[in-house]
This record gives sequence, structure tokens and C-alpha cells, in this order.
Amino acid sequence: MDFSLSKTETLFLQMIREFADKEVKPLAAEVDEEERFPVETVEKMAKLGIMGIPVPVEYGGAGGNNVLYSMAVEELSAACATTGVIVSAHTSLCAAPILEFGNKEQKAKYLPKLASGEWLGAFGLTEPNAGTDASSQQTIAVEDGDNYILNGSKIFITNAEYGHVYIIFAMTDKSKGVKGISAFIVEKDFPGFSVGKKEKKMGIRGSATCELIMENCVVPKANLLGKISEGFSIAMKTLDGGRIGIAAQALGIAQGAINETVKYVKERKQFGKPISAFQNTQFQLADMQTRVVASRLLVRQAAFKKDKGQNYSTEAAMAKLYAAETAMEVTNKAIQMHGGYGYTREYPVERMFRDAKITEIYEGTSEVQRMVISSALLK
Amino acid sequence: MKIVVCIKQVPDTTEIKINPTTGTLIRDGVPSIINPDDKAGLELALSIKDKFNAHITVITMGPAQAEDVLREAYAMGVDRAILLTDRKFAGADTLATSHALAGALRRLEFDLLITGRQAIDGDTAQVGPQIAEHLDLPQVSYLEHLDFDGKNTFTVKRRVEDGYEMLQVDGPCVVTVLSGAYKPRYMTVSGIVGAYEKEVEFWGFEQIDVVESKLGLKGSPTRVHKAFSRGVKAPGELYEVDTNEAAGIIISKLKEKFII
Repeated sequence: MDFSLSKTETLFLQMIREFADKEVKPLAAEVDEEERFPVETVEKMAKLGIMGIPVPVEYGGAGGNNVLYSMAVEELSAACATTGVIVSAHTSLCAAPILEFGNKEQKAKYLPKLASGEWLGAFGLTEPNAGTDASSQQTIAVEDGDNYILNGSKIFITNAEYGHVYIIFAMTDKSKGVKGISAFIVEKDFPGFSVGKKEKKMGIRGSATCELIMENCVVPKANLLGKISEGFSIAMKTLDGGRIGIAAQALGIAQGAINETVKYVKERKQFGKPISAFQNTQFQLADMQTRVVASRLLVRQAAFKKDKGQNYSTEAAMAKLYAAETAMEVTNKAIQMHGGYGYTREYPVERMFRDAKITEIYEGTSEVQRMVISSALLK
Repeated sequence: MKIVVCIKQVPDTTEIKINPTTGTLIRDGVPSIINPDDKAGLELALSIKDKFNAHITVITMGPAQAEDVLREAYAMGVDRAILLTDRKFAGADTLATSHALAGALRRLEFDLLITGRQAIDGDTAQVGPQIAEHLDLPQVSYLEHLDFDGKNTFTVKRRVEDGYEMLQVDGPCVVTVLSGAYKPRYMTVSGIVGAYEKEVEFWGFEQIDVVESKLGLKGSPTRVHKAFSRGVKAPGELYEVDTNEAAGIIISKLKEKFII
């Protein structure tokens, strides 16, 4: 067993940390305050290959792997969780299912555009009445000659407003329930497709979360992803991978909050000494960092197993569950150690606390992760 | 168009702390980086490559771990990397270092040789100009900007104390670059993934063209007499007053210290 970073991983961390520090962190407060999608950051990331880290070179990607990808999402999220989730949703929820389930033509058509960052990707599963109960899909797809006609709407879609291509799930056979769901690759310019209202969110406020509307949306049959009725399985497998991204995001938020807190407690003086000299501060920080390192090991384990082609579903669920709850606990404590200042927007821990909450909810709530983990134990 | 860039691996001096009791540098855990002036030189080479499809060779002299900066250069986009390493090079001052590098450069073809102005660990600014002298090439030091006409002529802006000079020089020539001149690009992800699969050539004494007596400790006339850290200066006093009052304060302070 070898826990040390490879030379490539070390070099990668050097680059992504410098990028996050110089290009992402300075915009984080503004992106949050103005609920602004950081278009310029996405362009810079595209140029460096950050939008296609685990995509093979033959499809225009960087030819990296999921360990490097998880490191990128972690470091970006430590600076700005909005930027982290833009990369995560794009990579894990759009490029990854096309890579895994797409046919040769679909891969050749979509992956180079996605991996180069020319196009931004998104994923539409959730509906007003189909959240954790994803099988209650009301979006329907009906065959019509060479096309499918889609009708319905999706909500809470990350990257929606700036997306070019969406993985959309719809019922092709309502009588079969879960087994009647199919997946489609939908482009924003397909007739009948539109982006609806933008959500006003507590955190990750720059990530452009919107509704997607399909009104007699014409999708060519060539854009059916996988086989007919395989949609639910594609969605679940895609979310397994997505959980590595969100776990890395939560981990990044938590580490970012600790870094800010360490800086603060060394500067802040009370009772004639820096508050870092008090044992309460020291013990709290020790607990926070220990949880963060445990989260990091879980995230890297899940990414490593995915790279090796092993089953990683349970590991990804554990990583997301633990990292998300760690992010909530750590950002909460970080604010407490900042005192009144931490409650203001003068300090980034206030934003980090708001950003952390979503990691317990999207791409499977913490309750869903517990279901995944326990069902593997009890089967 | 062929470009060679000389780079050096240096300790990141912004991360170095000084042991308050002994006054010596704490080197433990200090990361090694590409010397900032050299990295700007690397960016200059890459920007020429972007436009004119140049071939870039990067070369460094140092111990085996200096290979890391060559891998970083690969990840930024260079085409070939050479590490000059040999026990015979050890203990070199700037003169012996420039002889070793010149010895290697005699084995390479180039139209433009780029070095950084100076390294942040030694701050001598001697190696680049010395290489140019050994190879009998024209040189422009303290480069702030370079334009290439696409053939063989470089128009160069050179910083001098009270302004700058505009010069024209034909290749092959040597330029030494200031760190502020070019903002280095980030490594790309695909560059990083491929960096350790590319070949780094290890060159020793046998591979270069220079007489042995000019190398290493033997070839180094510099002797360090004594190294010491400068004492810490007390913080100054700051007065926010108008000019007349300020002049009065300065005079009284100077009188207080019997300077005037």
C-alpha cells in the first residue's frame, strides 16, 4: 500500500493550486455576491485542459484519471465551490456518461467539444415530483419517425443556463416504471428545448441552477444514450461517479475553511494573546483537520477504484456522505472560531458554510448515501 | 527556428525562514521551483513557438533532482530537455557553471539562447553573459521585451537604470530576461500527464565540449570568505505631516543622533 503522491500527481497539484489561488480565489466573493457564473474562469480552465481531465486523448481530453480530477475539484472548491461544481457537473454528469455509455459516433461528436471546454455539459434527472424518487419521472419521450419527441421539465439543473449539451432522462414506456426510462443527449439548439427560471440559492450562487423545459422537443434517434429503457441504470451509474466529484467539492470547502481559520486564529488576539494559543482552538482545529484527511482518503480511494475499473459505488457513497457532513461541521466550527467576524461577508467562511450545505443534498442526499452503503452491507 | 533556454532549480526564497537563534536559513521543507527570471525566459520561448512553430530545448545543470524542473518545462510545452549532471561539475561557481553550460551548448544548434537575468539564490547575474562570452555570441542582457521578425532578426527592449534601449540583433545570440517581462503560462493537464513519459537526456562530462580544468571546484576562482545574516533593522517612525513640519522633524532627529 502506497499513500504517497506520484510525481505526476505532485506536479498536477502544483499547477491546480497555483491556478486556484491566482485565478479562482480572487473572484469567489464576487461570484457569490452577484450570483454570477464565472465565464472567464471556465474559459481559462478550458485552455488548460481542466474541463476534460479524465477524458482520453483520443477524444480530445487530457488523458488524466479520476484521482487527478478529484484533486482538481477539491482545490478549485477550496477557493470557490461554485467553480468546483461547474467542473464536477460538466465532467461527471455529462462527459462521463457519454464516454461510458455512448456509441462511437456520439463519443466522436460530443467528447472533443466537451473535453476542450468549447461546450459545457449538464445533466437533467430531477423533476418537481421526482427527487430522491427518481423513478417517478414525468418527462415523456415518444417515437416519431427518426426522432423522439420529449415533453416535460427538469429542475435544479447545474450549468443549465450556460450548457450546450444535456443528458436528459425521460419515460419511453410509462407502464414499465423504472425500467421504462431512457437517456438522451440533448443539445440546447434542438427545437422545443429551452432553459427556464433561475433558482435563487443559499450557496454555490454562481453556478446557474435553472429549470429545463422540453415542449415537443425533437431529439434525433441517434441521440439515444445507451439502449432503450436503460436510462435508470445509466442515471444511477453516472451518479456513482458524480459522487466522487461532489465529495471532492465538499472536501475542498472544508479544507478551504480550515486554511482560512488557521490564518485567522494566528492573527486574532484576545486576552493578550493570539487565539491559536488557547487549547480549545487547538483541539477544535485538530478534530477538523482529522475529519478532512479522513474524507480525503475516502475520496481518493473511490477515485482510485474507478480508475482501476473496480466497483466503487459504496466507496463513492461513503466518500460523499462523510465529506459532505465534514464540510458542514468544519465550516460551522470555522465560523464559531471567527466569532462575529465569521458571521459577516468580510470573511470567506460565511460563504463556505452556505456552500457546504448543498453537498449533503445534491447527487443523492446523505440519506440516499446511507441507503447505498447499508444495502451493500445487508445484501 | 531553434531556441535553447537555460533554467535553474532554486529554493523558493519567499518560503525560506531564518532560524532566529543561529541566523541560518531553514531549508527543510522549502519547495524547489524554476528560477523566476528563467521561467519568464521559458515563456518568451513558448510565445515565439506559438507564433513561429519554434523547437525549444531546455537545459539545466544540477543534481539528479533538478530533473523535476525539466518535467515542469515539458508540461509547459517545451520539446526537448537536457540535464547536465556529473561529479566533475560539482562545486562550480558562476564561471565554471557557464563553462559547463557553454560546453553543452557547443553541441546544440540554436538561433536564440535565452537565460534568466539572475537566480534568486545567488543573485549574481553572471552566468548568461559569461556563456555569451565563451561562445563568442552577441548578447542583450536585462531584456524586457523581444520581437521576432520571423526570419533571423530580433528587436529587443533592454532595461537600463534610467530608461531603456531598443536594439536589433541577429541570431544566433544570447538574451537574459527579467522576471517581470513575460508572465509564465500554467502547465496544461495533458502536458503534466505526459511530462514523465518524455525523455530527459542526462549529459555528463563526456557529452560536452570543454576542457576539464575549467569545471567544478577546480575551475572556480570564487572563494566564499564569510557568510552572515544582516542584523534586523528597528522599525522606522512614521509621521503624517506636511512638508515643512517633516523637514523640521528630520533635522531635529539628525541633530539628536549628532549626524549634523
